[in-house]
Amino acid sequence: MTVSTEPTALPAEFACAGGRELAMEMMRRMQRVRLFEEATKVLFHAGELPAMVHLSIGQEAAVVGACLATGTSDYMTGNHRSHGHPIAKGARLDALMAELLGKATGVCGGKGGSMHLADFSVGSLGESGIVGSAIPVATGAALAAQVRGSGQVALCFFGDGAASEGVLHESMNMASIWKLPVVYFCENNGYAVSVTAEESLSVPDVSMRAAGYSMPGVTVDGQDVLAVYRATAEAVRRARAGEGPSLVEAKTYRFHEHAYGLQVPTPYRDQSVVDSWFATVDPLTLFHDRLVAWDVATSQELDALRAEVRSEVDAAVEFARVSPFPPPEAAYTDVYKEVTA
Amino acid sequence: MTTATRAKQLGFLQAINRAQTEEMTRDERVILMGQDLRANVFGAAAGALEKFGPSRIRDLPLAEAGSIGVAAGAAMAGLRPIIDLTVASFVFGAMDQFVSQLAKARYMFGGQATLPVVVRAALYYHGGTAGHHADRPYPMFMNVPGLKIILPSTAPDLLGLLKSAIRDDNPVLCFEDANLWGRKGRGPIPDADHIVPLGQAAVRRTGTDVTIVGIGLGAFLAEQAAAELAADGISAEVIDPRTLVPMDWPTIFESVTRTGRLVVVDPANRTCSAASEIAARVAEDCFDALRGPLVRVTTDDTHVPFSPALEKQIYPSKDKVVAAVRRTFV
Repeated sequence: MTVSTEPTALPAEFACAGGRELAMEMMRRMQRVRLFEEATKVLFHAGELPAMVHLSIGQEAAVVGACLATGTSDYMTGNHRSHGHPIAKGARLDALMAELLGKATGVCGGKGGSMHLADFSVGSLGESGIVGSAIPVATGAALAAQVRGSGQVALCFFGDGAASEGVLHESMNMASIWKLPVVYFCENNGYAVSVTAEESLSVPDVSMRAAGYSMPGVTVDGQDVLAVYRATAEAVRRARAGEGPSLVEAKTYRFHEHAYGLQVPTPYRDQSVVDSWFATVDPLTLFHDRLVAWDVATSQELDALRAEVRSEVDAAVEFARVSPFPPPEAAYTDVYKEVTA
Repeated sequence: MTTATRAKQLGFLQAINRAQTEEMTRDERVILMGQDLRANVFGAAAGALEKFGPSRIRDLPLAEAGSIGVAAGAAMAGLRPIIDLTVASFVFGAMDQFVSQLAKARYMFGGQATLPVVVRAALYYHGGTAGHHADRPYPMFMNVPGLKIILPSTAPDLLGLLKSAIRDDNPVLCFEDANLWGRKGRGPIPDADHIVPLGQAAVRRTGTDVTIVGIGLGAFLAEQAAAELAADGISAEVIDPRTLVPMDWPTIFESVTRTGRLVVVDPANRTCSAASEIAARVAEDCFDALRGPLVRVTTDDTHVPFSPALEKQIYPSKDKVVAAVRRTFV
């Protein structure tokens, strides 16, 4: 296990050609996740969102650092805390937002909704509303990459709650015996709804589970996008080199309730502590301050970037609002594929 | 039957092996994963490892849920996996992956996912396998949109349907009635590239007085019963649906409309069986033609007991089918 320490300058691997652009792209995608989700809060309060959403706010560095360590042609699966994964993988915001509103122009035609986003054009093979259920799917995508010799890897997001699901263990075992090119990535936000990871896990770090499956396991500071990127990039390198799977755990924070707007009768965490996280461990603020301190970008440049993303999100919301709902008959299509090979 | 003629017949396990071998030769995206394949413990994978190599022939660890999910993911990423789960009772450990991933991924993702997966599972009832190995769980999957289901009763049908299943772009569950592995399930060896399309029933025997729909071993029992009833002057038509999803409703409706009577023989447990669905659909769509009660011959709603003194009575039998047909003549 390693924990990142505070560097004093842009780390060497980002100081090279393309490094600054990569760092700025990390910031851009974290802003996309943040502002997209801030917009869903507005839609929720306006009664425009047909269902609850599970926000990744607080977890952007984990999601973006992991996704940017893969390429667009690599595969990815995720879970109910779903928006950040396809956004970070490079999916278009307008089709994602339209999906949240159940519109025909949604990335899944309005049939998936918030918890079941997928954008195959960027390797996003789907989020799963059933906790842990997509873990074998990512493992299977890695198997396909291996059999076809394509050089692709699969990035498999799951949470600390899913670390107790049987399919994680079945999948890690299969990936290990077959040396599949898959990266198991745990966003450990400390809570499975209300139950703490400490109470529900037999180990202090999910990454320790890797030892049982003969694969490297590492825990990183999930609020540090560079640390997440570095750890995931090493796991991706191993996978592409045929060395097999890895487990990366990002210790992170869920700033909002399990589902936004969920009223929990008996408090299970101290709200004043949760509120303090915005000031102390906000991954966007932390990275913003670093980029400025390291002279990678000025505050003005970062403000401009945020404004660009704000326009992109506003356009996505407008696109979603004006898009039509699917026609009733769409409820009966895509159950089967009609044309066969 | 002489040894010479029997040797010219196709058996169930040979049919599986031939279908898999032909389709894996035809399409390199087809891979075969299952339990004990390399050692060919279950008898349908002879020569597969030698012919196709360890990348495409894989013995799975004992992880049913993981196996079905891996197949779903591999299919979404371009392969066409066949999973041999061996015993049908093992599907229960994988139920979430069958329902939440394999069946729903295409729909939930708006048609982006294509899931050409075949899952094979044998129905090992009638042989002392008792509670944990003798299930006939296909009706549960008929209740899950997105899955196709085949349940052939002859080896040539199994060959042709399994090949169609492997070529289909949807998940197909292939249930194999192990009671047909012996002489009962044999049939003439078909020519090369024998294809039976999904969704086409076979009329095993034509008749005018009653329609007997028989599933799996039930089709065999229906033919036996029809022969006995013929001696009494009752002309029974026997239909083997062969595919349960999509069901060949036109063939069944046309027959019942002519005969006015229906018996369904189904080895599944009675409540919400395939027979229940067939009877319900016939009641809805052929009501005016009916001349007697719709009668189901199924396994009784109990678990499979071990003792030979207990087991046989719970299943459909030729005598139960004959009695059911007589009940339709009220």
